[in-house]
Amino acid sequence: MSKANLLDRRTVVASLLKDRKGMVAVGGLGASTNDMAAAGDHDRNLYLWGAMGGAVMMGLGIALAQPDVPVVVITGDGEMLMGIGSLATVALQKPGNLSIVVLDNERYGETGGQTSHTAGTADLVGVAKACGIADSCAISTMGEVEALVPKLHDLKSGPRFANIKIDKANVERILPMRDGVFIVNRIRGSLGHPPL
Amino acid sequence: MHARTDESEQQTAAWPGEIFAVLEKYDVRQVPYVPDAGHSKLLERVLGSKTMRGITLTTEEEGVALVAGAWAGGQRAALLMQSSGVGNCINMLSLVPLFRLPFFTIVTMRGEWGEFNHWQVPMGSTTQAVFEISGIKVLRANAASEVREVVEAGAAQAYNACTPTAVLLSQRLIGAKVFVK
Repeated sequence: MSKANLLDRRTVVASLLKDRKGMVAVGGLGASTNDMAAAGDHDRNLYLWGAMGGAVMMGLGIALAQPDVPVVVITGDGEMLMGIGSLATVALQKPGNLSIVVLDNERYGETGGQTSHTAGTADLVGVAKACGIADSCAISTMGEVEALVPKLHDLKSGPRFANIKIDKANVERILPMRDGVFIVNRIRGSLGHPPL
Repeated sequence: MHARTDESEQQTAAWPGEIFAVLEKYDVRQVPYVPDAGHSKLLERVLGSKTMRGITLTTEEEGVALVAGAWAGGQRAALLMQSSGVGNCINMLSLVPLFRLPFFTIVTMRGEWGEFNHWQVPMGSTTQAVFEISGIKVLRANAASEVREVVEAGAAQAYNACTPTAVLLSQRLIGAKVFVK
């Protein structure tokens, strides 16, 4: 449900990615991937411009391949709803190094601000918990965001899920690069995998 | 037609083990799948493997995204599914050209050889075309004797040449599911 004093998405994402060290970040289609670009480009950013519903599964694939690297998926409520089953898949695999953060403005911001299911009856934290992600929480203050940040770097205690209520303001578009081959090979290179 | 019964020929056939050996040879580490009877013997091998991780999916499109993540993280993956699952993947298959993925999938076919359940026929009839129009090469194994060679060729071109490839295991090979005798 909409509330006053909702968080600013850019401030939240800047906090999550501050002093990130080797963390890989996957940005779901839409404003979330732009928020990652606004926080500063990084060779371990996986920017998505499509493949709606796939962000969590891409994060899982990376997390399983790189168990010593923290992986965070930052996505929106609409993108998460489209890949809702992936929460069950993640829970079954128990990747200790994977965190999923949903920036929930209860809106499809890219298409005109139509309300999503989270504006009505859907509770993503409840879904994540019921799928088996025990460490699932709702966040509504910057204090809680700051408390989440060190946990993102803990490789053993995941998977974790956080649903952060943000305001529905349309912020300035800061577009990340969109050449997928370059983006994915840059991540591979940073993890020590040479080009084919 | 090879009708499948509880004591299916697949239980004693060598080809599921031959597919497993190819996946091992190509150092495949992540094996996402939606369970399918035709893949059951192979899945047992995967789930018992020390080097491969079998990853159960809720829908096949999750597997395409997982393959992309595995590649970004430096591991090879192979997606196992049934023909009906191919339709679930269509938008996510965009990732294959966009990331130039070494995409490899092995698909058990339904709806094409002595099928009882006609609900399998529409998707089974379009499986190959869906792959081809999505830019994925299709190879097919119709008989047990050719499975190893076809899967090996598919894996080689997918992983070595980044040529996304689907191997279809025909229903003639697997046997039609027996609903009534």
